[in-house]
Amino acid sequence: MLFVFGFFVNLSELSPFTPAVIDDVANAAGDDPIAKRLRELGFVNGEPVRIVARGPIGGDPLLVQIGFTRFALRRAEAQRVHIHLA
Amino acid sequence: MSDSLIALVGNPNCGKTALFNQLTGSRQKVANYAGVTVERKEGRFTAPSGRLFKLLDLPGAYSLEATSPDEVVTRDICLGRLPGEAEPDLIVCVADATNLRLHLRFVLEVKRLGKPMVLALNMMDAARRRGIKIDRAELQRQLGMDVIETVAIKTGGAQALVEHLDKTVDTQRAQPFDLDADPHLVVRRILAAAVTMPSATDALDDRIDRVVLHPVFGLAILAVVMFFIFQAVFSWAAPLMDGISAGVTALGASVTGVMPDGLLRSLIGDGIFAGLGSVLVFLPQILILFLFILVLEESGYLPRAAFLLDRIMFKAGLTGRSFIPLLSSFACAIPGIMATRTIQDPRDRLTTILVAPLMTCSARLPVYTLLIAAFIPERTVWNLFNLQGIVLFILYVAGIVSAFAVASFIKWMRKDKSEHALLMELPSYRMPSPRNIAIGLWERALIFLRRVTTIILSVTILLWFLSTFPAPPEGATLPAIDYSLAGRIGHLLEYVFAPIGFNWQICVALIPGMAAREVAVSALGTVYAMSGSEDAIATQLGQAIAAQWSLATALSLLAWYVFAPQCMSTLAVIRRETNSWRTVAIAAGYLFALAYLASLLTYQIARALS
Repeated sequence: MLFVFGFFVNLSELSPFTPAVIDDVANAAGDDPIAKRLRELGFVNGEPVRIVARGPIGGDPLLVQIGFTRFALRRAEAQRVHIHLA
Repeated sequence: MSDSLIALVGNPNCGKTALFNQLTGSRQKVANYAGVTVERKEGRFTAPSGRLFKLLDLPGAYSLEATSPDEVVTRDICLGRLPGEAEPDLIVCVADATNLRLHLRFVLEVKRLGKPMVLALNMMDAARRRGIKIDRAELQRQLGMDVIETVAIKTGGAQALVEHLDKTVDTQRAQPFDLDADPHLVVRRILAAAVTMPSATDALDDRIDRVVLHPVFGLAILAVVMFFIFQAVFSWAAPLMDGISAGVTALGASVTGVMPDGLLRSLIGDGIFAGLGSVLVFLPQILILFLFILVLEESGYLPRAAFLLDRIMFKAGLTGRSFIPLLSSFACAIPGIMATRTIQDPRDRLTTILVAPLMTCSARLPVYTLLIAAFIPERTVWNLFNLQGIVLFILYVAGIVSAFAVASFIKWMRKDKSEHALLMELPSYRMPSPRNIAIGLWERALIFLRRVTTIILSVTILLWFLSTFPAPPEGATLPAIDYSLAGRIGHLLEYVFAPIGFNWQICVALIPGMAAREVAVSALGTVYAMSGSEDAIATQLGQAIAAQWSLATALSLLAWYVFAPQCMSTLAVIRRETNSWRTVAIAAGYLFALAYLASLLTYQIARALS
């Protein structure tokens, strides 16, 4: 019941198969093409998101279900995505 | 009535290329866009009215705010800004009906360009199977453009699109569009109004992924798949390769048989036919390998393999997507380098191309076999391993380890330290369509034959000239090659190669051996004045070199072949795939430098120990 307390994390910390909702994607540096591309791919406020698999070594990369699409993101990429639990 | 130029655009994995194949069949031309290595596919088809359409298959793009050379080409063509390319009369935007949330955003972005366009709603069969309901009339109204349903993988699945284009291509006008709205919000509104999705994912995909991406089973399945491909490339290709080799030799013999003995006969027999044979012999391996790569790609497994291995490859300065090209390079670096087109990041692609020649290709085996058989005693080590096998294994491992080392070095050297994105879509699993596979194979074969043979043929002819002229003087006692330019260069090279233990015979053989690695064996045969079939030469040669070379020299030559880019085809394909002689020079330069260094160390250490 963590969401009751407003538990905010980034996507790289989300446990598999836990439903969450995206708040925003933060730029890692001033002009961040990866963050921009993530937003273009649909990582935008209010979008439901969930981790459906993790890489066999070090749990990296992450397989992220967003909308009807699955994207593989490295942890460093997923860290830009701020979420709260649904 | 003039031809109409239609551009196909869409997200990656929307089935755009399948639709292109469906529309144009085999009437397509594959080349590169001017100045870049982005593939340009053009085709034609005739509509029932007799109107001729020219169709351009633009590279898949997630956005027109381009982040890769592919997307730049797509954007510039849509805008009519690419020099040498005509502005399309109509844009056909292709969207996967099962993935509309992502694909509609791109449709909106293309629409903002204000060009005449229609939407092809593809994969309608999969959408119906999954119970996805799309209100086409509502979608048309919301988007302000015509929407046509297609099933690109079914014969006749693009009929409605052809008819529509035939009727409306002249009357299509750009529709006004609200430019300011957030596209994500617009997509949400359209989806709510026109689409019902029972579930976000395909249940079958979920089930397959749970096994295929499993940390243990997933890796095990990948290992089995790769082992199978590797086996197939070697064992299925072998009889075909022998057949091609015998066929070209027989053809050469029958052509040269009717010619008078002389220079022309030698040029045609030893130059052209031998050169042609040494290239054509790789075709079966290339086709078998690409058959597997295309099937894996079409089925959707390839990105899964990249997902599983990304972590390891990333540590070494590569990416998960480098895995298949590098694996392919164990058969032959040519298809391996051609397969790097599946790598999106240009930096990762370049690194993969540069290290691909380090994978032990099958053309090294004749050289390794000759040297190992002649110098390494057939002995059992620890009652278990064969010493000769261990040496061969070490040679393979040396190639892999050095590839990772070089990739890490390139990563460390690179000025542009900005993050390499993975951001890879894992598409739905799909049954590969034989038609698409066949067209894909045909394209690869043509590229290989057309582009590479021209360069290879000219180089083999050049090498023939070097090895033939000038002719030996009257009463010459040494083999003819020794008096030729190649022989003289070889003798000069001996000064350079003496520190790594190469005698002049090896140096002379290295020059014709530039054509392809295994040519070095027959060239050594020529230098030691042997004649007969390839196998006979190898046997005699083994005895001759075992008697005349030191073990240190043999080990040094083995080390040389781990690295040396003694393969014109590889250098030619690097040129083709990178469009840069500079990259070819860097690849050849660093590989020769590593070869020399490795041989120097091997020779000096082996001498000190013996």
